[in-house]
Amino acid sequence: MNGTLQGSAQDSLILDVSDLSVAYGGKTALRNVTLNVVKNEIFGIIGPSGSGKTSFLKAINRMDAMTPGMSTTGNIRFQGYDTAKWRNLYSLRRRIGVVFPLPTGLPLSIYENVAFTPKIAGIHRKLELDAIVEKSLRRAALWDEVKDRLSSLGSLLSGGQQQRLTIARALSQDPDLLMLDEFSIAVDPVTTMRIEEVLRELKNEITIILVTNLVQQAERLADRTSFFLNGEMVEVGRTVDIFNGKASDSRTTDYVEGRFG
Amino acid sequence: MFSKTSQNVRNDRIEGRWRTLFLVMTALLILPVVIILTLLIIRGGPAITWEFISGFPIKGMTQGGIFPALMGTIFLVSLGLVFSVPLGIAAAIYLSEYASDNKLTRIINLAIINLAGVPSIVHALFGLGAFVLFMEFGTSILAASLTLAIMALPVVIVATKESLEAVPYAFREACWSLGATKWQTIRKIVLPNAVSGILTGVILEVSRTAGETAPIMFTGAAFFLPFLPESVYDQTMALSLHLFVVATQVPNVPESLPYGVALLLIMLVLLMNALSIGFRVRFRSKKKW
Repeated sequence: MNGTLQGSAQDSLILDVSDLSVAYGGKTALRNVTLNVVKNEIFGIIGPSGSGKTSFLKAINRMDAMTPGMSTTGNIRFQGYDTAKWRNLYSLRRRIGVVFPLPTGLPLSIYENVAFTPKIAGIHRKLELDAIVEKSLRRAALWDEVKDRLSSLGSLLSGGQQQRLTIARALSQDPDLLMLDEFSIAVDPVTTMRIEEVLRELKNEITIILVTNLVQQAERLADRTSFFLNGEMVEVGRTVDIFNGKASDSRTTDYVEGRFG
Repeated sequence: MFSKTSQNVRNDRIEGRWRTLFLVMTALLILPVVIILTLLIIRGGPAITWEFISGFPIKGMTQGGIFPALMGTIFLVSLGLVFSVPLGIAAAIYLSEYASDNKLTRIINLAIINLAGVPSIVHALFGLGAFVLFMEFGTSILAASLTLAIMALPVVIVATKESLEAVPYAFREACWSLGATKWQTIRKIVLPNAVSGILTGVILEVSRTAGETAPIMFTGAAFFLPFLPESVYDQTMALSLHLFVVATQVPNVPESLPYGVALLLIMLVLLMNALSIGFRVRFRSKKKW
């Protein structure tokens, strides 16, 4: 199993990226990335800062349409459809949940944070919203801690709770793909472990792309891991290979063993 | 080891001198405000009675009240707001949330800043040409309010833009990634958190336009009217122009009268400022991140 899959595996692809490049105002951030992500796997992306990991995520959910100066070339197929030709980008983004490095609880109550996505998608019946909020918070392992204060401000929660709140928010629309961008950067180790547990559970239902600054986190969670360096994807491989000296590129081995980066 | 070296002593002396200088400058700054207010209260205070506020000027404006001028100022300022606030907020939303950062946007932003620096007498002449003559509103409340609105616009736009930009960009990105449109993001997240800042800017601008004389002099404010205006096409009296008139144009005015008018005008402005400070305090205490 490597960067490309053949035969029957084609059906289980959720994301098929070929020759993707991302530039900001002419300055290239990511060059010619080709990889794919299989349903119900955790796909890890590791690499030092500035390697283009975040740009990769932004290209997937078409944030280039909202970011001045950002442009992409190449081809991204999400569930078989070319995202460049996707007419309703808002519906595309609702099928892809995103969790940012720093917890961004919106300046709304806990309840409204989670109900935000269903509401903007047109769901207004209270019973339905209540059910979505509870389900999402349970999936993010936050329900028990906040069920008695759903109306207090989301941004007043602790960093770790806020990060789980943003995961709950990302799950509120039942996405097919969840992308986490260095979610543990502002979270204590205990909470990080809890969130990792949550991700392992979620894997049964959805696909996860995990961008991480902690190589051990990729080792613990990811089925396959990809190494990004200086705007290029060095390689994709099974996590067990990447972390056991069987990487095909020596730079990958150097990085995961902490010799640089 | 801890005793002062000669260098320390010199530094302390210089430090003390600068401190005194800054203190004196600050005192000099406050002095005019104190003098103006004391003078107005001493000389104008006795003139302010209920009859003064609610009555009409009589005997060639040497006696009686200033009711039509007070109401006129309120009419002019409120109608000006009706024009400038929606327009200014909409323009600011476009400029800070939608417009891409290109040459045209930069030129527009520069133009807005320059518009704020145009002298009020120039605005007055523009209003005369554009609203009174070209659009044929005549010298009227409508023309004067529009002139005030044009004057207020750049300040409203800049205040709104600053308040919008104070809302962290991360909130917008988070909303967009959830599939929200730009407008949904603005309406649900950005505007609710910027509204107090916008109000502060608007109220400060109100207090400024309330005192303006030149822009309304040619476009809609009257020297003397024995009645209240009946429509926006009528002329009106205004406090600022009335002050100018009773202070310089009318003979045999009792000394307390212009001081009374000035005190009332300044009270109106200070009231507005207090309101805006109140909003700002509320804004800070309700900050959600």
